[in-house]
Amino acid sequence: MAIVSIPSLMRDLTNEKSQVEITGTTIRELLDNMESEFPGVKERLCHQDDGIERISPYIGVYVDGVLIERGMRSPIGPNSEVHFLPAMGGGC
Amino acid sequence: MKSGNGYKVIGSRPIRHDGVDKVTGRAKYGADLNFPDMLYGKVLRSPHAHAKIISLDVSQALEYPGVKDIITGSDLPIVEERIAEFGEIPENMRFLSDNVLASEKVFYKGQPIAVVAATDIHTAEEAVDLIEVEYEILASVTTVEEAIAPDAVVLHQSLTTNTLGEKTDIPTNIASHFRHENGDLSLGFSQAETNGVVIERTFTTQTVHQGYIEPHTATAKYNPDGELTVWTSTQGAFAVRDQVAEILRHSASKIKVVPLEIGGGFGGKIRVYVSPLAALLSIRTGLPVKITMSREEVFEGTGPAPATLIRVKIGATKDGRITAAEADLFYEAGAYPGSAVGAGANCMFTAYKIPNLRIDGFDVVVNKPRSSAYRAPGAPNGSFAAECVIDEICQKLEIDPLEFRLFNGAKEGDPRPTGPIHGKIGYIETVSAAQTHEHYQSEIDILKRQGRGIASGYWGNGAGRSSVNLTVNGDGTIMLLEGSTDIGGSRASIAMQAAEVLGIASEDVRPAVVDTNTIGETGVTGGSRTTHATGLVAIRAAEDVITQMKGQMADHWEVNQVDFSDGVFSSSNKSCGFKEAAKICAPVVGSVTESTGGAGGGFGTHIVDVEVDEETGKVEILRYTAVQDVGTAIHPSYVEGQMQGGVVQGIGWALSEEYVFGENGEMKNSSFLDYRMPTCYDTPMIDTVLVEVPNPGHPFGVRGVGEVPLVPPLAAIANAVSRAIGVRMTDLPMNPGVVLKALDKI
Repeated sequence: MAIVSIPSLMRDLTNEKSQVEITGTTIRELLDNMESEFPGVKERLCHQDDGIERISPYIGVYVDGVLIERGMRSPIGPNSEVHFLPAMGGGC
Repeated sequence: MKSGNGYKVIGSRPIRHDGVDKVTGRAKYGADLNFPDMLYGKVLRSPHAHAKIISLDVSQALEYPGVKDIITGSDLPIVEERIAEFGEIPENMRFLSDNVLASEKVFYKGQPIAVVAATDIHTAEEAVDLIEVEYEILASVTTVEEAIAPDAVVLHQSLTTNTLGEKTDIPTNIASHFRHENGDLSLGFSQAETNGVVIERTFTTQTVHQGYIEPHTATAKYNPDGELTVWTSTQGAFAVRDQVAEILRHSASKIKVVPLEIGGGFGGKIRVYVSPLAALLSIRTGLPVKITMSREEVFEGTGPAPATLIRVKIGATKDGRITAAEADLFYEAGAYPGSAVGAGANCMFTAYKIPNLRIDGFDVVVNKPRSSAYRAPGAPNGSFAAECVIDEICQKLEIDPLEFRLFNGAKEGDPRPTGPIHGKIGYIETVSAAQTHEHYQSEIDILKRQGRGIASGYWGNGAGRSSVNLTVNGDGTIMLLEGSTDIGGSRASIAMQAAEVLGIASEDVRPAVVDTNTIGETGVTGGSRTTHATGLVAIRAAEDVITQMKGQMADHWEVNQVDFSDGVFSSSNKSCGFKEAAKICAPVVGSVTESTGGAGGGFGTHIVDVEVDEETGKVEILRYTAVQDVGTAIHPSYVEGQMQGGVVQGIGWALSEEYVFGENGEMKNSSFLDYRMPTCYDTPMIDTVLVEVPNPGHPFGVRGVGEVPLVPPLAAIANAVSRAIGVRMTDLPMNPGVVLKALDKI
């Protein structure tokens, strides 16, 4: 199972747990499973874009230390570490 | 012949492909473009920092001879409030549209209210003066402190604080709030308090502008069949296309954006300002329309880097081990939400192993121009605060600042303070290289109020979508089409990567930056992603070309297998070079669009010596050395140029640059005469040291290099000045007045 670090301002949804173990082979599966276990997670991390649920553009998702580029379809390994952080934008 | 790094082309220093056009003045920039019957647009801008538009009368201006059309906010389609991504910028469409042309309120001096299109620019300027606007002037807030006060004037009644997707119902100027939290903060600080030192300081930085030489410009031409062409100066042609399409509700498939040469961007030429206005005027008049900003308009009407207020507290044990750190970051978003506070928080402590951490970030709207990306957006501010406190800890503990960094510095496999694990990084290598550099071994004269400052910095670098099209010509040369606009020599660095794969000289590849109808979707030239991402795609396209040519050579030689190595095709008994094979195989086309990953973060460590004149307060930079992990330097000269450019901009942030505002929120120094950027008289030769720790996410080990060098200078210079005068400097810029005040001379 992937180890997901929970941002501190979301820990009200995870019984104050800072890390949770969740199954999933993609970010979407992981978020669906998180939502089942901790309702409200998706509302914090996702947004609707033309009717399609996507990762909020203000959130950067790191899988095993690498910022993902494929959104919800990004693969996750069985023992991956997943972090949700404020997104970064660049200038040159 | 391969060079010492094992490559033929990578690491060499060929003349840039666009060099002749640039130095002879033949290169075409946006304002050079002219058409018969072209109209000129001029923007009426708000004279007030915060006001309601009560009435707007353009009738007199419309009757002025030569005026063909005038548009106001009511002429823009009503854009719904939704988030769209353009390149790497998430944008609220309603805010973007309102920033282009205000509707009911203005939120900063310089915000566009109306645009005149006339037969010449002078007529347009005269007509602008004939537009009558009645305002209800509102109280304005221009600092974070004012904006977050309990009784503050609220800019947007619909704005509530977004805390990771959760919103309050209370109107506020704090648009968003996030927190990073790890470990046990109180335990970490108590360890430092009982057996070491805890330092807490508050820092401020001011609004600064990218200062690109070329103002924003756009020319639009609408055809009756609905096709719209926009020529402009931009860091991302596709981003312009999509923003214009969203704002005007015009099909993106009917918009072609042609990126012309760009006279600097540094993050400031991603968001659109004049392109949608020129486009709408052209649609309405049926004539080509050009709008070019003046320098005053660039300062007042485009997106600078935010001013910030940052509190930092760090604890360390006597032996120099960091035990805890916390920070509160308040970044001015300007008129609409969206400052780079997230990146500031992500970057500020990334060079270190910190077991106990809290960072709170706040995005705060104020009545100033909407802030935008500026080279490592957000990172220089946060790092300034963090690195200054670290330097003070080193002083208190009497530990060499580079030794302290070696002791606490992050390595591969260490968790970042914000959580994710570091991949292959070269931070420690930059500190070691700085430590052994002759600069660091040299003496300074403390009796002359000289000081030496050290600081490190980090930028995450980006990847993302890029497209490259390679065509092999019969003479063995290559035409390389790319969608990445070239703001820092990327034509050369991308062509060199294709040349390396193909085994030919860089000069045999002719790179061209083309329009949105000619190449596949390509992200913006931003986030230090281009040499990595577009280079990676160029490598893929070159590999595709080789695969195709191997097949064709197998048919030509009537053999089952052809190999390719070092620019030579070979079978069991035959061989020929790339050029000879090209005569047989051409034309061959390799075209790749790919969403890349694998960007490797970059670190820099800087050393600076300053001398402070006690009588005048002037700070002179005596010597500067920038050390950076650049992965693999594709074209070392351009890497060095990026590092030197970043440092010079950092000197400006540190010593002289700031927006000066009057009591009513109006900018007082909107010209290069009064907005003091560094010149050659303010900077010594910037020495560079390229540390090469290859990025495993790229075949040649490329890391982005353009943004890292702006991160350390602010703190490095502040630390040098602090050590020179014996007073901790916490507010930028450290202009003569600030320094004299620190010295109690005024």
